[in-house]
Amino acid sequence: MAADRCALVTGASGSIGSAIARQLAVDGWRVAVNYRQDEDGAARTVTAIEAEGGRAYAVRADVTQPEAAEAMFASLEAQFGHVAALVNNAGVVADGLCALMPDDDWARVMDTNLGAAFRLTRRALRGMLRTRFGRIVNISSVVGMRGNPGQANYAASKAGLLALTRTVASEVGRRGITVNAVVPGLIETPMAGDRYDEWIPLVPARRVGLPQEVAACVGFLASESASYVNGATLVVDGGLTA
Amino acid sequence: MSSTDTQQIVEQRIYEILDTFGVDSSAMRRDATFADLEIDSLDLVELAQIVEEEYGVQLTSEDAAKLETLGQAVDLIASRMP
Repeated sequence: MAADRCALVTGASGSIGSAIARQLAVDGWRVAVNYRQDEDGAARTVTAIEAEGGRAYAVRADVTQPEAAEAMFASLEAQFGHVAALVNNAGVVADGLCALMPDDDWARVMDTNLGAAFRLTRRALRGMLRTRFGRIVNISSVVGMRGNPGQANYAASKAGLLALTRTVASEVGRRGITVNAVVPGLIETPMAGDRYDEWIPLVPARRVGLPQEVAACVGFLASESASYVNGATLVVDGGLTA
Repeated sequence: MSSTDTQQIVEQRIYEILDTFGVDSSAMRRDATFADLEIDSLDLVELAQIVEEEYGVQLTSEDAAKLETLGQAVDLIASRMP
């Protein structure tokens, strides 16, 4: 891995983002650990990476701010390395039935989960086009493929990520840049709590997935080995949508 | 600097940039079209980025869609230079 390039993972203070950042570091990437508020979570991710012999750099930015992409990339390019891999992982939920959903809950979820991914992708492509190499991985959700009552905003944003993935992949594939999506199913995170219990019988694996099982797929898609995988949707759900 | 000088400097620089893209330098003329030179849409995106960085001139996708020849690109960029 060239020393002057890095991978940027958004929302890397959370459990899936942190697992992705650690996986990429193990794979040899220098990793930029983006966070919005959870400075302690980001610091734990950086510490874990460094303890395993990797290099990481915590970068604070609220990706919903239009100027955040430019500020974050300029800072990384100056201090840490050209962003050769981007993992759009930052996401929020604001659940509620569509019939009662406030505009603000719709807009906030769409902007964080989809709008920010677009803006970061646009900025990342500048350098990737010039260097003729890039890896973009968008973290979607099975909810974006199947729908889920109470998550009209979240499901729409995650389905939008799949369309963004395929479209950008077809635009830039001829420049050695791949854009793929990873689609997690029920993954064990602090946020999920015990609300998955009723779903587990529907999962052929009969268990929830681990953040590391999502991260392993991101690691593959970001690697040189995945050079001919482009516009793909890699579902990591223990067979839930099979 | 006269506008002719500006145009000449921009033209020279654009030819240098296109040369790094692998475009045949002997075919670069003001009336050569991007299609003739096999310059694709992503080459234009890259060119626009370099022009923005070096001259502070922003080219939009709408601009790019209208440009057919190298001369048109040179004139547009030169006309927007501060």
